[in-house]
Amino acid sequence: MSLLQKLGVSAENLAPEITGKYIGKPISRVDGRAKVTGNAKYAAEFNIGTGILYGYVISSPIAKGKITAVNARQALSQKGVLNVFTHENVPGLAWFDRSYQDQDAPPGGSPFRPLQSDEILFSQQPIALVIAETFELARYASTLVHFEYEVKEELNVGLELNLYKAKKPKKHRFPVPKPRGDAEKALAGSVVKIEEAYYHGYEHHNPMEMFASTVIYGDDDRLTIYDKTQGVLNSQSYVKSVFGLSEDEARVISPFMGGGFGAGLRPQYQLYMAVLASLELKRSVKVVLTRQQMFSFGHRPATLQKISLGASAEGKLQAVINRCYSETSTFEEYTENVVNWSGQMYQCDNVMLDHKLVPLDLFTPLDMRAPGGVTGMYALEVAIDELAVKAGIDPLEFRLLNYAEKDQNLDKPFSSKELRECYRQGAERFGWNKRNPEAGATLEGNNLVGWGVATGCWEANQMPSRAKAMLSADGKLTVSSATADIGTGTYTVMTQVAAETLGVAMEDVLFKLGDSVLPMSPLQGGSWTMATVGSAVKLVCDQLKAKLFKMAKKVENSPFGNSKEEDVVFADRCISLKEDAQQYLTFTEIMRKSKVNYIEEDTTSLPNMLEQNEYSRFTHSAVFVEVKVDQDLGTVHVSRVVNAVAAGRIINTKTSRSQVLGGIVWGISMALHEDTVMDDNFGRFMNTNLAEYHVPVNADINDIDVIFVEEHDDIVNPLGVKGLGEIGIVGVAAAISNAVYHATGKRVRDLPIQLDKLL
Amino acid sequence: MNKFTYASVSTTDAAIAEMDEHDSPKFIAGGTNLLDLMKVNVENPDHLIDITQIAFNQIEATADGGLRLGALVTNADTAWNEEVEKRYPLLSKAILAGASPQLRNMATNGGNLMQRTRCYYFYDTATPCNKREPGSGCSAIGGYNRILAILGTSEHCIATHPSDMCVALVALGATINITGINGDRTIPITEFHRLPGDRPDLDNTLQAGDIVTSIDLPVQGFEKNYAYLKVRDRASYAFALVSVAAALTLEGNQIKEARLVLGGVAHKPWRSAEAEAALTHQEASVSTFEKAAAIALEGAKGYGDNTFKIELAKRAIVRALKQAAGLEEQA
Repeated sequence: MSLLQKLGVSAENLAPEITGKYIGKPISRVDGRAKVTGNAKYAAEFNIGTGILYGYVISSPIAKGKITAVNARQALSQKGVLNVFTHENVPGLAWFDRSYQDQDAPPGGSPFRPLQSDEILFSQQPIALVIAETFELARYASTLVHFEYEVKEELNVGLELNLYKAKKPKKHRFPVPKPRGDAEKALAGSVVKIEEAYYHGYEHHNPMEMFASTVIYGDDDRLTIYDKTQGVLNSQSYVKSVFGLSEDEARVISPFMGGGFGAGLRPQYQLYMAVLASLELKRSVKVVLTRQQMFSFGHRPATLQKISLGASAEGKLQAVINRCYSETSTFEEYTENVVNWSGQMYQCDNVMLDHKLVPLDLFTPLDMRAPGGVTGMYALEVAIDELAVKAGIDPLEFRLLNYAEKDQNLDKPFSSKELRECYRQGAERFGWNKRNPEAGATLEGNNLVGWGVATGCWEANQMPSRAKAMLSADGKLTVSSATADIGTGTYTVMTQVAAETLGVAMEDVLFKLGDSVLPMSPLQGGSWTMATVGSAVKLVCDQLKAKLFKMAKKVENSPFGNSKEEDVVFADRCISLKEDAQQYLTFTEIMRKSKVNYIEEDTTSLPNMLEQNEYSRFTHSAVFVEVKVDQDLGTVHVSRVVNAVAAGRIINTKTSRSQVLGGIVWGISMALHEDTVMDDNFGRFMNTNLAEYHVPVNADINDIDVIFVEEHDDIVNPLGVKGLGEIGIVGVAAAISNAVYHATGKRVRDLPIQLDKLL
Repeated sequence: MNKFTYASVSTTDAAIAEMDEHDSPKFIAGGTNLLDLMKVNVENPDHLIDITQIAFNQIEATADGGLRLGALVTNADTAWNEEVEKRYPLLSKAILAGASPQLRNMATNGGNLMQRTRCYYFYDTATPCNKREPGSGCSAIGGYNRILAILGTSEHCIATHPSDMCVALVALGATINITGINGDRTIPITEFHRLPGDRPDLDNTLQAGDIVTSIDLPVQGFEKNYAYLKVRDRASYAFALVSVAAALTLEGNQIKEARLVLGGVAHKPWRSAEAEAALTHQEASVSTFEKAAAIALEGAKGYGDNTFKIELAKRAIVRALKQAAGLEEQA
């Protein structure tokens, strides 16, 4: 029996065809007006109560060593400075590592504990929190706190310098498949082969909104915490376990987020700092990080992949080897799915994959949009391009030639995979058949023009989630779940699903999220929110429908006396007979006649694991790119992108397109711009501001075309959706790299492709 | 950021008087660079003297037929000024290649001259920097120096001056008008900024209490044959890895006069008199330009990450000269 069946819900009942008034339409964001008028409040903007205190974090100037002395006298002598928290005066908190392990913490590590030790583990480590009556005063006082250090000279930064320290992680979050066939032997026997290394360095999320926590200290000694987070329940459980608070003592609220991108999957240290100060001082406290400090925690790890591919003369893939090295910190083992894609994307019987970690004196890396996916697919898709070139086969044709009909990693069929159609529609829109097979052969003025293609792939997961729905007699529906809207459009799409399911107008639906008192929902990440929370919203609304229909049948002179639910339609706040639309009852009538003011349901939606486990479940895309490379100056301009995505059912074509557009822009950023520069002497990131940490500006972005390829999938979840948060970025950097090669004949194997690499 | 006091003044006398009364005062106009530096504790003035109310806000003709740009005219107003666009399009183009519209709306001409290097180490008080803290050492030499200087460097500093506008001003032969404790004086722009030598803490030749009042452009504007080429890591809002201001007077295909100035490669806009000499009285051709480019980069020194700039600068010079000479279109 499946978990759903145990709950008395059969999966079939959850998968009716939804064709609708709202589903699949280009609907504008329900919170759009609030956002553009400034009515949407972010974590640092809550100022409930008076006398809020401000905290300013002091960051370590050294990367490794010990604090030998702290002198805060001068700072404390300033009128209006209340306290300077350092490792010398922070009270005893939770002892065990597990108390600090949040939902996204790497398994088995020792999460960083701010202000609990004199030891410096990474540059910009927070070493003090200055609390004052104004932000300006706290910031000024921070310059008056003096530290002395004992600097440890032996510093381990730089991935490639430390490869000899590489080790297998104790627990990989994405276990690497065992070798299949004999890749080394097959490679040796291959007529066409390539062996190359692909690298990208450190990258930081850099959402517009800085991490911030506003802790309101209540009269009842309870905390209301406005936090920037992708999961209020994650922040709440972290605060509970670290500070020994009960659920009632720490409520976490996060209605809006100015960009998450994964940075908010773990509680960042400003939360700990603000709660610490609030509890100690019994006052409300706000802590906001600076832009520089946004570079002081998790990031996309620098990763090196040594890939060998072998093919037959006809271009059939015979061997795939990917040996990957990525960084982690000295205190946690961060793993992501980098190499598994290499064994999954193409039909190949001889595959050897390996992933090792290199501990560095840096903060633990952190999931960043399509973590592992962008990295692994970048390297694989460039390597495939190189192999296609060597085999003398068009790179798109080469991919079709080696198309994986099933997932050989898992030895399972795909729940759905319209990748072939992505290739076809994308190529057609792009005009791929007009491609000049010669590299470096198309010149327009000073620009070498190149076309490249790459494949994208991302997981289509569903997680357990709860949702609650309440329909009041006036026909207003309130649905809630403790999920987040990190800018992706959760408010909007959940409102659509609820309105569509119950047959009410979107205007009559209020969807609530981002509050720890709401029903349980997982972190918003992994592209699973639509599948997860959407399924819960649909389920709870279906249950509400059943309840309402049951009531409707019982009212006096009910037109539904002998009808079943499938005989009626829920629309326009009415239940009517399918056969005879004149026979209907309004929701209001039903409730009035039943003498209730509202009806309510609260449910848990669980993925149908038994069924899902039979399949490999992924989203796919095909990315086509045109670049123009200045033949003398090396500047690269992405003039055209077509991204064809197969992501199951599309709930909202407008927000979905926005997701993919944003992903593509970020892909351009990854390919050409983003790079957090490390000074190896200081173990310190140097370009920690948005003037020098480059992301594309408008002038860098040209034509972008997004195609959603039709895809039906009854396996992935009751809504048949696959999620779009990640897929848009995957493959873009590879397609650009391949286009740059096609333009110039030069193969750049480390990102970003800055102009000096093409001179 | 430290505590500071603030005063707004409307005359230069009042500004100079305010200067005298404080330990470490600073003039502020647009503040687009100073405030950033204060936020990261690189500049720590105890007093800010807001000079934006002083009447240096005009663009007007000079007696000799040139143009005077008030020090407090914004970069945007200067770039879009009709006379500037018509007579000195090189300057317009250079200004518009810099920063972003928002910054150009705030930033003033005087402030553009006074802006400080964007060397990462200068901005980070956790690292030694001779410009910020004389004698502490240069972290960029032997550190990450991709954006830094290749010409006129010293063992103490390899910072660059980040301006685009100043590169054009040097090409145009501008003069800086200054008032100070000892009265008014002028400095040719080529002598305004300086090389680091053993005093990298000094960006320019101003003295304490000096105020830039205006910038004079000579009559000759090179409006027919000019180019400003900026090579950078993204299409806008990035400092130049290399920029080139090229200005020519042509007689037929013969170069009568040439100006060639590089940005992003030195502690000051880098004018190469030798390269200009190599262009003068020559035919405007790619081979002439290539020779001039090679001469302009003679003595250039790479520091590892930035060594590519030597080749890049040569290619950018050739491209800019081709554009200036009309051999190809300017982007």
